Amino acid sequence: MTEQQLRGMILRALTEVAPDIDPTTIDPDADLVEQLDIDSMDFLNIIVAINEQTAIEIPERDYPKLSSLTDAIAYLAAAQTRQAARR
Amino acid sequence: MPALGADMESGTLLEWYVKPGDRVKRGDIVALVDTNKAEIEVEIFDEGVIEELLVAEGARVPVGTVLATIRPLAERNGAPVETPAAVGASRTAEVPAAKTAPPMPEAARKPPRAPMPFVWSPPRLPATKVATLPQDGKRLRVSPVARRAAELLGVDLATVPGSGPDGAITKIDVERVAAATAGKHPGATPPAPPIAAAPAPAREAADRQAAMRKAIAALMERSKREIPHYYLELQIDMSTALAWLHEQNLRRPVAQRLLSSALLLSVVARAVARMPELNGFWVDGAFQPGDAVHLGVAISLRGGGLIAPAVQDADHKTLDELMAAVRDLVARTRAGRLRSSEMSAPTITVTNLGDRGVDLVHGVIYAPQVALVGFGAVRERPWAAEGMLGVRPIVTATLAADHRASDGHTGARFLTIIEQLLQRPEEL
Repeated sequence: MTEQQLRGMILRALTEVAPDIDPTTIDPDADLVEQLDIDSMDFLNIIVAINEQTAIEIPERDYPKLSSLTDAIAYLAAAQTRQAARR
Repeated sequence: MPALGADMESGTLLEWYVKPGDRVKRGDIVALVDTNKAEIEVEIFDEGVIEELLVAEGARVPVGTVLATIRPLAERNGAPVETPAAVGASRTAEVPAAKTAPPMPEAARKPPRAPMPFVWSPPRLPATKVATLPQDGKRLRVSPVARRAAELLGVDLATVPGSGPDGAITKIDVERVAAATAGKHPGATPPAPPIAAAPAPAREAADRQAAMRKAIAALMERSKREIPHYYLELQIDMSTALAWLHEQNLRRPVAQRLLSSALLLSVVARAVARMPELNGFWVDGAFQPGDAVHLGVAISLRGGGLIAPAVQDADHKTLDELMAAVRDLVARTRAGRLRSSEMSAPTITVTNLGDRGVDLVHGVIYAPQVALVGFGAVRERPWAAEGMLGVRPIVTATLAADHRASDGHTGARFLTIIEQLLQRPEEL
């Protein structure tokens, strides 16, 4: 996935978990949990959705690396590259 | 009309999923009801044949109104038996509604936001049979979205020609009539916006929000007025539990990972099973123990307000089952799609405000329940144990309990059991 595709995929996962949010209002650099008022269950559901879309297994200790939209895209892009290298 | 919540006084029957003559069995979803908080799928707890639908779609009726009658299979010609949905003939039935039928409907309430996208399902009532209903005379096939649009636009559904399947009225039909009426009789009907799309959901969301606030206010008022609360708190060392949890999660695929909140819920369910004085209801001056542990989980809604649906028989669920149940419950609460059995009287409720970063919560009991368990955030704290000072992850568990039903001694033992169970997470 390109960065643009990753962004779209993450936003879809977010709006699935929080249907009331308007993705255009998300500040890409702000903490997602804070700005969207999502809880740990919502966050897990987002991670699960991302996993379903990308097959990337995000270990629990890496959750903080996905705190903002920008960080999450960077993390997933890097994970994809690693995934590809292993194949 | 089941009491889908201690704070529900009436409900709107949005849609029937069955028709007279249909065979139903326990667990079937027979209708969709709108409380002020949520759209709830009403399940049935009897087996039989639907005899008559007594309330028309779109009608708002008080809790306790008989919605339909069903004939038990055994006595085909016998007297009609009320559906469990009808059982709640009075407000008292909201509590251990299980007298006649299993758990019947407790509270349901909807996220205060735009209506959920509603999938139009093909009408199951043949047009010919759609005939009369005692209450409204004429029966119309109307999609819930269309019904809302009609309400907002002030359109009488009887005047709308339906273009959907079997002549069902769609939202577009309603808007067409609204636009036409507005043109012909300016000011005759409430000056409805010709396009319902944008403004309508916002207005509805605001209405829902207001209704939900009111419902919560009424319940909390009652609780603080009637229940002599006592409060206890206990700080619990979570090192063992969290270490076990992290170790589990390392080995699990994403979708099967566990959250510490599930661990806490599981522990509460097991602890309360051993302390039945805290599991049940205070009704008419006496304690009525719950028939099982139905664990209410307070789920906050982003737009404000909260819903506390129940995980049924939570003490008999494994940690994985409980985690799956809660994940599903949270997702469906957010989507506004709960089932009546989930809204059926939780016997005790848990509120976990740990994700919001507070240390502890002194809860207000959901009357007529007799206890509410609260958890704050798990934080690293200096902790003295076995003569050593160390840093440990600590959670503060609180109990708000009804002093009419139990005493501090009972409450204290309950919190202690929670603490002990959390030291043996592998047994959950």
